[in-house]
Amino acid sequence: MTVILGQLFTGVSIGAVLLLIALGLALTFGQMNVINMAHGEFIMAGAYTTYVLQQTITDAGLSLLVALPIAFAVAGAMGVLLEWALIRRLYTRPLDTLLVTWGVSLMLQQLARDIFGAPNVQTKAPDILTESTSLGTDLSIANSRLFILGLVVLAVAALTAALKFTPLGRRIRAVVQNRDLAAVSGIPTARVDRLTFFIGSSLAGVAGVALTLLGPIGPTMGTNIIIDAFLVVVVGGIGQLKGSVIVAFVLGMLQAMVEYLTTLSVAKVIVFIAIVAFLQWRPQGLFTLRTRSLA
Amino acid sequence: MLRFHRRRLAACSVALAAALAVSACGSKTGESDTTGGVTADTSGDTVKVGLLNSLSGTMAISEVTVRDAIMLAVEEINAAGGVLGKKLAPVGEDGASDWPTFAEKAEKLIKVDRVAAVFGCWTSASRKAVKPVFEENKALLFYPVQYEGLEQSPYIFYTGATTNQQIVPGLDYLKAQGKKSVYLVGSDYVFPRTANKIIKAYAEANGLKVLGEDYAPLGSTEFGTIVNKVKASKAEAVFNTLNGDSNVAFFKEYKSAGLTAASMPVVSVSIAEEEVKSIGTQYLSGQLTAWNYYQTTTGAANDKFVKAYKAKFGADKPTSDPMEAAYVSVYLWKAMVEKAGSFDVEKVKGASNGVTFEAPEGLVTIDGATQHIHKTARIGKIGDDGLITEVWNSGGPVKPDPYLKGYPWATGLS
Repeated sequence: MTVILGQLFTGVSIGAVLLLIALGLALTFGQMNVINMAHGEFIMAGAYTTYVLQQTITDAGLSLLVALPIAFAVAGAMGVLLEWALIRRLYTRPLDTLLVTWGVSLMLQQLARDIFGAPNVQTKAPDILTESTSLGTDLSIANSRLFILGLVVLAVAALTAALKFTPLGRRIRAVVQNRDLAAVSGIPTARVDRLTFFIGSSLAGVAGVALTLLGPIGPTMGTNIIIDAFLVVVVGGIGQLKGSVIVAFVLGMLQAMVEYLTTLSVAKVIVFIAIVAFLQWRPQGLFTLRTRSLA
Repeated sequence: MLRFHRRRLAACSVALAAALAVSACGSKTGESDTTGGVTADTSGDTVKVGLLNSLSGTMAISEVTVRDAIMLAVEEINAAGGVLGKKLAPVGEDGASDWPTFAEKAEKLIKVDRVAAVFGCWTSASRKAVKPVFEENKALLFYPVQYEGLEQSPYIFYTGATTNQQIVPGLDYLKAQGKKSVYLVGSDYVFPRTANKIIKAYAEANGLKVLGEDYAPLGSTEFGTIVNKVKASKAEAVFNTLNGDSNVAFFKEYKSAGLTAASMPVVSVSIAEEEVKSIGTQYLSGQLTAWNYYQTTTGAANDKFVKAYKAKFGADKPTSDPMEAAYVSVYLWKAMVEKAGSFDVEKVKGASNGVTFEAPEGLVTIDGATQHIHKTARIGKIGDDGLITEVWNSGGPVKPDPYLKGYPWATGLS
């Protein structure tokens, strides 16, 4: 029984990680329809930011907290630069965007390798985040996972609120629903695009900081997670945040339960099959945005 | 402006994701040549030697250090006058952690660069991929990493440990510590699967219970479930054959789950000093490793090796078992060539039996019949400073036995 409870929490925490890496993408891909293959490298940038900060701020807890806003800014700045330099010229050519950003992703990986070396680097986590909270005799929950769960809840809440209640959020939604009409109404769509891309990329940076608690920090970490991130957004439905949220947790739970009964490799295969089957049934994903545009 | 169908976009991105996943397995093998052996080019003042290591991808974390150690040996040999009066010219290729790429690059080194010998490879998957290339072209490979045994290619020299020099001593140590049950965790490829087969045969004959066995794909970083299973099994120890990045995620998860070296020690066979550094002693302190060499191994040869390595690559760079085995492999090749008086592959092979070298790990001797080397087995404990200190050793070099012929419980494995 305790094992099942443990697995339930593992499922939730896998879901939280999936959501965290997919959240930025839900904005840039989900809202703006930009296929940004370099999104994983923005996550990597966030992780390396934590590493670099720890070289100067030696206190593990403090440097992690400082890393969150700084990684937010660093990844966001990289995103804006990418949007300004390349993506804005390719808004009507999604497949070219894919190739260009993939090229950028390879360049960023090599850059990281040149700056930080090919081997992984390590960061020191604050002691409290390497321990676990005990619930009953055999059941314990890793603090690092709780931290990530908290972070993702905070990020989703903040993003939802921003989209719903702020003027910027209203403009983003207007541009997503009908770009031409939004432009006619006086919304500077180019500026809105850039801001949306900034927020989406920044969230990748935050995810990168969180991932330092769980896994390796290396030049290839981005490529390992980008596929999962895209899957969450595609299955969740493009243009909707809540789709990504639900799908991340469902996939996490499915992965944890199937893996417990079988093995990690088999679980991955079964999750993929489930996704393919689901997309046969609902090619647009879980939720679709209803608009009156003709597209 | 965004007039393409959402449905199509969704389909596109899934296809893309699938393509990315598949591209890792895509192969572009070079053309095969049926003429047989390619002779090395030894006409000039220099002789080319090949270095085949992953400088990118998930294995780069480990293989870059092996490349550095090979380079150190090559430079030392050149500074001392070369081999048979010829300087060595190293030619490096990146295997990119992708097995078909290894085969392609091996073919290039042999046929285009016409090297006298190739040093490198780390994972067994990469070795298995290049093995037919070396056999077909009758060229030499020196493989410097511990592996699962059960192999004996006429064109490969194995300077890392085979199972009876690493895994079996590791199990003997656990047994001597009074451990009655183990849980097996490994990466999903040939080395961990074969190693675990051997461990299970050993366990059955020695009254050790195997409580579970789990594999994670190479590069996998999600270990929540596996650690839960390990914890629930209440095993007395874990035998870890994970490779590469996965170790980082596994040990972070392991510590988070409240498991410690005192409550459930992990014996790892792929974590050396360099990996300890990138995982962090915070997560590893007190855990066990099974190898043949540690940076802390005593002896004049090791003092010289450690000093030379740090002088060249930085004082913060540790030396490790595979690096030492790679460094030794170049010197062993040199000794074989000098004994044969020729760079000719068949003559070098013929001269191999009994060739010795005073290595950092102690005296090593080539066993000509198996093309493996006699090595001392050592169990070590990871310290807070990131170094590994020996807690047990086999007392002297152990004769290599890749097919475990000398172990009655192992009959039927090969």
